[in-house]
Amino acid sequence: MQAAEKDEDILSLYQKIILDHGKSPRNAGVVEQHDCRSEGKNPLCGDRVTVTVAIDDEGQVLDLKFDGKGCAISIASASMMTEAVRGLRTDDVRKLIQAVAKLCKEELSPDQFIAEYGDGLGARLEPLTALSGVRQFPARFKCANLPWHTLLSCLDGSDSATTEG
Amino acid sequence: MSALAHDAEKSETRVFDLDLVRRDFPILSRTVHNKPLTYLDSAASAQKPQAVIDVIRYQYEHEYANVHRGAYSLSEALTSKYELAREKVRQFINATTDREVVFTKGATEAINLVSATFGRTLEAGDEVVITGLEHHSNIIPWQLLRDQCGIVLKVVPVSDEGDVSLNDVAAALSKKTKLVAVAHISNALGTLLPIKEITAAAHAIGAKVLIDGCQGIAHEPVDVQDLDCDFYAFSGHKLYGPNGIGVLYGKEDMLNAMPPYQGGGEMISNVTFERSEWAELPAKFEAGTPPIVPAVGLGAAIEYISGFDRTDIAAHENDLLVYATEQLQTLNSIRLIGTAEKKAAAVSFVLEGAHPHDLATILDRSGVCVRAGHHCAQPLMDRFGVTATVRASFGMYNTREEVDVLIDALGHAREILC
Repeated sequence: MQAAEKDEDILSLYQKIILDHGKSPRNAGVVEQHDCRSEGKNPLCGDRVTVTVAIDDEGQVLDLKFDGKGCAISIASASMMTEAVRGLRTDDVRKLIQAVAKLCKEELSPDQFIAEYGDGLGARLEPLTALSGVRQFPARFKCANLPWHTLLSCLDGSDSATTEG
Repeated sequence: MSALAHDAEKSETRVFDLDLVRRDFPILSRTVHNKPLTYLDSAASAQKPQAVIDVIRYQYEHEYANVHRGAYSLSEALTSKYELAREKVRQFINATTDREVVFTKGATEAINLVSATFGRTLEAGDEVVITGLEHHSNIIPWQLLRDQCGIVLKVVPVSDEGDVSLNDVAAALSKKTKLVAVAHISNALGTLLPIKEITAAAHAIGAKVLIDGCQGIAHEPVDVQDLDCDFYAFSGHKLYGPNGIGVLYGKEDMLNAMPPYQGGGEMISNVTFERSEWAELPAKFEAGTPPIVPAVGLGAAIEYISGFDRTDIAAHENDLLVYATEQLQTLNSIRLIGTAEKKAAAVSFVLEGAHPHDLATILDRSGVCVRAGHHCAQPLMDRFGVTATVRASFGMYNTREEVDVLIDALGHAREILC
């Protein structure tokens, strides 16, 4: 297994920060006083995540939690998402959702991601660049993107999201 | 099977030499991520022997036209091969006549055919009995029928071992039961169901029986007359044949009594705008241009498998199953899902702290192909309190060494993930 131990792609996918968030997710649960709630599903694998968000009158995310079952990538992505998004204005959240999808699809490098979307948010966005490891594994894009996709449908006022169709 | 056919087969029986068998499957010599391919996903789709690949190529290169139409030699030649494939299927499952062998695009279509035709003869309150371990393709067609015409869908429970007991099936039967639709072998767990006994119990109260034979056909000898089932559905691609071809076996009197499935060319004997008459079996259920070359390819796959004594293949696959089960149990924190006494060719499991998808991604880097997910059996996953499992499944070409590769790769994956 010597060659496998030097598998940079795998090590880049399963970075320490991903495994840490995957095993000890932050902000897991439900925001009781939420303004929107959406359940996201990946019908191909059965993974699911429910996102609840509280937003103030100014359009700022006051609180955000997730509840779900899934692989290390989807749970870590959801956990990191809650940390990155809390306190942002919803229009910035929408931009960030798009940026994360581009980061995972190799349309943005981690540096570009920080430069273009990290305006004043550098430290907060830094951990998300770990999600770029998924770009060598197209089959796992949906795992990384499910929480973000679900958050977008939540902000759009839809109570469900799916990675298919 | 006639004595003559039996003798002919016997005289050609190949010794089951694993090295030689592997050489028959060209894909097995390729690498994945610079590692030898370790293909442990035959329950999803089996690899193809050279004989099948060659036949498909030959047909398209040298002998292709539509079937049952052209009054010219090319079409006649392929038509006779298409019908010869049907005869090979008939022999393989020991149907009484080739009128009982309907070609479909797969097992899913075969089951949908029955729900859409036989199902149309059912009335509100009639009961269809399935089990808790069915593939979605043997659940949804009956749910659709329930929603259309008010039948009642009853589900036989699955034990903690992933087994279905004859007693529980019997308990689900009633005077209202019109059909029992069960898997021969569970695709997700490998459980082998007592289908002959289930069939007898169902017949005793006047219900018909459909067997989803997708997995069964590849691992067990099937004799539909001995089983006495009314329908047996399977796909070609899990039987080392091409995809896009499946078979619905149905007893002749059943198929005759059923209305047609799809309308179109081939399935009629006479058409006017006022009324049309249906073709004889099996054409009545084969509207449109059928999957011609895939059918011929399936015939080649059946011929390939029939070249061996099937008990040799079954013994080899059972050895792999026993060995894999033993080896997996040496790993810490493993939970085998499906520990029924009678199983065939598949092990399903979860490893604590490592999600099946993460495992599958890492295994792939070692060249190991396994299925991770719900295996199109979500109710069964719910039954065991998991959203997904890893499933390693075996074909006639797998080896103990490949099981060792799987075990090593799982250990490595756990080092990364846990």
